[in-house]
Amino acid sequence: MIDYDKLIAKKCREMKPSGIRKFFDLANAMEGVISLGVGEPDFQTPWNVRHAAITALEKGKTKYTANSGLSELRRAISAKTERDTGVHYDPDSEIIVTVGGSEGIDIAIRSLIDPGDEVLVVEPCFVCYSPIVSLCGGVPVPITTRAQDRFRLTAEQLKAAITPKTKVLILPFPNNPTGAVMEREDLEAVAEVLRGTDILVLTDEIYSALTYGIKHFSIIQLPGMRERTIYVNGFSKAYSMTGWRLGYICAPQPLVKQMLKIHQYGIMSSPTISQYAAIEALEECDADVEKMRREYDQRRRYLVNALNSIGLDCFEPQGAFYVFPSIKSTGLSSEEFCEKLLYEHSVAVVPGNAFGECGEGYIRISYAYSIAHIKTAVQRIKEFVG
Amino acid sequence: MDALLELLKSNARLSNEELGVMTGMTGKEVADKIAAYEKAGIIKGYTAVINDELADKNAVTAFIEVNVTPKADFGFDDIARTIMRFDEVDSVTLMSGSFDLAVTLSGSDYKEIALFVARRLSTLEGVVATKTHFVLKRFKESGLFMEDESADERGMVSP
Ligand SMILES: Cc1ncc(COP(=O)(O)O)c(C=O)c1O
Repeated sequence: MIDYDKLIAKKCREMKPSGIRKFFDLANAMEGVISLGVGEPDFQTPWNVRHAAITALEKGKTKYTANSGLSELRRAISAKTERDTGVHYDPDSEIIVTVGGSEGIDIAIRSLIDPGDEVLVVEPCFVCYSPIVSLCGGVPVPITTRAQDRFRLTAEQLKAAITPKTKVLILPFPNNPTGAVMEREDLEAVAEVLRGTDILVLTDEIYSALTYGIKHFSIIQLPGMRERTIYVNGFSKAYSMTGWRLGYICAPQPLVKQMLKIHQYGIMSSPTISQYAAIEALEECDADVEKMRREYDQRRRYLVNALNSIGLDCFEPQGAFYVFPSIKSTGLSSEEFCEKLLYEHSVAVVPGNAFGECGEGYIRISYAYSIAHIKTAVQRIKEFVG
Repeated sequence: MDALLELLKSNARLSNEELGVMTGMTGKEVADKIAAYEKAGIIKGYTAVINDELADKNAVTAFIEVNVTPKADFGFDDIARTIMRFDEVDSVTLMSGSFDLAVTLSGSDYKEIALFVARRLSTLEGVVATKTHFVLKRFKESGLFMEDESADERGMVSP
């Protein structure tokens, strides 16, 4: 018998499986479960985008593309980024089309982190940053955002976390799971701390198209920040294209040159058919994105109101498609709450601590579901909370 | 279009309170606004979108192209108003192009529609010609797919 565990690299063996996995298995094993647990849009990818993919397939666009992605797509990404932020990236040397925002995050971290380097991770957050940092031998240093700060990162917290070993700040806003956003003044305060240091920013703006009541603002728009920032975005959330596996990074040329090596050896090139479809998305789908955004906004208002009215204290999120209510009033831990809710009332949500220890006492509820679905689920949560 | 109207178009069964929460108004404000829309004739009614093929297997719908001679003073309005008053008629629309009025009709079987066209519609003064098309299958109606699309393929939970 081979002892596989012994053969596995230590860094991989020590990697914890995602806390979400357990709930996935539990929920999938049950019947009649109604879920508010997913982190992906419910809308279909706009039909013209799907049709562009069919056309690409018919035309036999089934070969590798340039390592950094189709030139036409990089040009469209450059134009879109400039439209949204006013910041220009050279399509030939400052953009890589990646396999989702996920790969962008991966190659950004891997290109920067040496063993012992510290990476500031603003938590609660999406699950992938710290494990990848650890895999590189880096040290993830969590910074905990707080409900009283509307889950925004403050300059004081940032200052307190910086050491001579700090290499990167990961800035994940609009935030999964809290729905928090960072506004211009908040980012200005953060930028002020970073200017004049050698700390780089990895800004994960995958939800940039989904903000409510305020316009998204990116840290790259602030003076002196473009040169120290790797900007990650993608198609999954804005265009409802999760399964297409397509995202991109924009960064200064000396950084892109290095990341491109990892991408080139690890991936070759991102899925070609998806890339053709993505051009259509960037050029023709502003109205579709706006329509989806408006619908998310209505669901958001509905859900926040409903949760508050059943006694689950709920911070008003202004981005992404999650609410992050506190369940402290129930006296249960996040996992106990979620397990009970699942077993006794067949509703699946995600415990807050899956997004960092500081998420304890919270749960993440997704509103990437129809209003009718949300209504039924809230009714069951209400019976549970009583 | 106004957010309230858009919401009502997609789901007219939400309560005023629910509509209010979703659009940032109070229930009372929603009620007032809806009353104003009704009064102004902007909201004409509230109906369900029914898949007739499932509700009544024999039900038939027809789309009829009607050519008419317009009257000197009233243009097409007069004849359109005459046609729209028949209960069998679901919609009457003045069109540009090779015919004048598009009329949709529903009946409990083919014969009923054929008789209506022959006895009532064609015989009206001013109607020059009709061309009847029967609906064979409906794919999309009022923005809704009549065939169920595949169910939610997402897993129960994901990051
Ligand atoms: C904050 C955040 N970043 C990145 C991703 C990865 O998205 P993708 O790889 O599909 O672009 C997700 C997905 O849930 C996310 O929530």
